[in-house]
Amino acid sequence: MSGFSVTEPTPRSKRIAATLVTLYAVITMIPLLWIFITGFKSPADAIAYPPKVMFEPTLEGYVNLFTTRTRQTQEYLDANPPDTWYEEIVRQYDMTVVGPSKFGERFFNSVIIGFGSTFLSVFLGTLAAYAFSRFRIPFADDLLFFILSTRMMPPVAVAIPIFLMYRQLGLSDTHLGMILLYTGVNISLAVWLLKGFIDEIPREYEEAALIDGYTRFQAFYKVVLPQAATGIASTAIFCLIFAWNEYAFAVLLTSATAQTAPPFIPTIIGVGGLDWPAVAAGATLFLLPVMIFTILLRKHLLRGITFGAVRK
Amino acid sequence: MAEIIIKDVRKQFDDFVAVRESSFTVDDGDFFMLLGPSGCGKTTTLRMIAGLELPTSGQIFLDGEEISQRPPSQRDIAFVFQMFALYPHMNVRKNISYPLVSQGMRRADVRKKVSEVAGILGIEDLLDQPVGGLSGGDRQRVALGRAIVREPKAFMMDEPLGALDAEFREHMSLELRALHDRMGATTVYVTHDQLEAMQMGDKIVVMNNAVVEQFGTPREIYDMPASLFVADFIGSPSMNFLDFDGAVEAGSSVASLGGVEAAIPEMRESASGKLVLGVRPEHLRLSDSGTLRGEVLATEYLGTTQILTIQTPQGELKARVASDQVVQIGEVTGLDIESHTVTLFERDSGRALRSALNEGVLSRG
Repeated sequence: MSGFSVTEPTPRSKRIAATLVTLYAVITMIPLLWIFITGFKSPADAIAYPPKVMFEPTLEGYVNLFTTRTRQTQEYLDANPPDTWYEEIVRQYDMTVVGPSKFGERFFNSVIIGFGSTFLSVFLGTLAAYAFSRFRIPFADDLLFFILSTRMMPPVAVAIPIFLMYRQLGLSDTHLGMILLYTGVNISLAVWLLKGFIDEIPREYEEAALIDGYTRFQAFYKVVLPQAATGIASTAIFCLIFAWNEYAFAVLLTSATAQTAPPFIPTIIGVGGLDWPAVAAGATLFLLPVMIFTILLRKHLLRGITFGAVRK
Repeated sequence: MAEIIIKDVRKQFDDFVAVRESSFTVDDGDFFMLLGPSGCGKTTTLRMIAGLELPTSGQIFLDGEEISQRPPSQRDIAFVFQMFALYPHMNVRKNISYPLVSQGMRRADVRKKVSEVAGILGIEDLLDQPVGGLSGGDRQRVALGRAIVREPKAFMMDEPLGALDAEFREHMSLELRALHDRMGATTVYVTHDQLEAMQMGDKIVVMNNAVVEQFGTPREIYDMPASLFVADFIGSPSMNFLDFDGAVEAGSSVASLGGVEAAIPEMRESASGKLVLGVRPEHLRLSDSGTLRGEVLATEYLGTTQILTIQTPQGELKARVASDQVVQIGEVTGLDIESHTVTLFERDSGRALRSALNEGVLSRG
């Protein structure tokens, strides 16, 4: 029997920890799983009681999500047999597809606004954080506090002034307006997070690059940026999650042109009864980009969270 | 290769003066040490030569050209950092080739040059490894490689051995000195370790509180300190200081310390008031006829020598004597001072008084 280690957890406590974490993950995953499953149910199955776990999957929800439909007379339906797989699904309810829904457009708006504002926040945040970290800026502490103070109340608290301002400036219901707004909210987070990361990068790296014959900007670009990749990635994830999920301003400031997916998805319910599968399908698709983005940057994110905790 | 002239250079950060008007010259091919306690301005001075800080005033000449306000990329000076500062996202080869890439050198030439440098430093096997896994010594070699690969006019080294284990430091310092002798490159080396400075340097500048205290060869600095600070900072155990109130005349070669007459080198200037007589521990001899008498408080055995702590009416002294000399604690003994090695200082200014011993050295600086 070997002696036990004081710092290493024992196999038994490792097993217990693993079980607890798995359990927690399962519990938090169930709602997501349920949304995912509901997307493939028929409307009847979706509201069945007791809830159905076993059911016949159908793409009805997805078809309803992406199309607008209208009820037709029997003569019309008989005269025009269904020519596509989605038309066939719709025909069960004596309906025909008359065109695409707004979902694709709204989803695309979300992508432009979400990624656009994330890029802008991280871009500006990195430059500002670098400046705060490396240069002697007068009143740097006050400025940093001022930047942070924009997050000291819920952004919605200033919804009315922003609404009026945007109307004056012609930014209401524009992509640019939403990108600027989300950037404005995210930039303080980005500056603070990134400043922490850049502070951790020893100045000597840049100085070495300066000595090696590079300009200050080249040193920043070639030496600091690769070192800050972890911080930039985790900051980008946080910014994207906020911009992607933001609901209140999206409802208030966007309608016909720049509406994003979050205010749109609930409106699906109203189109022809409580269409839960379509809502679930919308929610599932809505989750995907953030999920993919996070998975792509996961390696950085994990390192990012523990960054600075232990000096190597 | 080049001569570096520092002329009245001053550096101020807001209200804090890091370096006060300092001047010295680094001759072509010198291995030049900037020595001093932490915060004395030696690193700032080094960084000003390299261009990482711009002096508030004063001039720096490299090879006759005034460079004090130029960016580092236009100075042709290499810098070795204490923490090595190897680019962590690049392997050894890329790290070493980085300065050449910035000059736009052709890839084939870069490769050739890098393997040549790797050969000099004995790191050919490491070229394709990431720098993360290297030992301290190997990192140091890579950092040196990055510095020598572009054949700069001068090298700046900021405590390059500070991050290494004591055992390895010795080895690396020999390697560094050998490398310098082989290339003959002007090198400015910052350290707070007086042993390192004595061991490796051709010339030493001792700095304290933002000013240059003394500038000279290791021998001059050790034997003829220009100030109390230098005398105290260099040598271990440091120089003994015997305070006395009195006067010495130019031309006299005797000082009176609280009733005891001590022989000193012939003075070249007169002084009076609070004075200090400085004598190195190895220049004290146990002697029954000695005029200075005291009680042995402690002995430290160091192998070939031993350090005795002796309480005299004039003050506590440390003496370095051969270890085979039998000395009992509590014993009262007489001490002889090797008079030609003694330096007198003014207590308040800390300045060394000119005498036959140090005349040549002090008048220069």
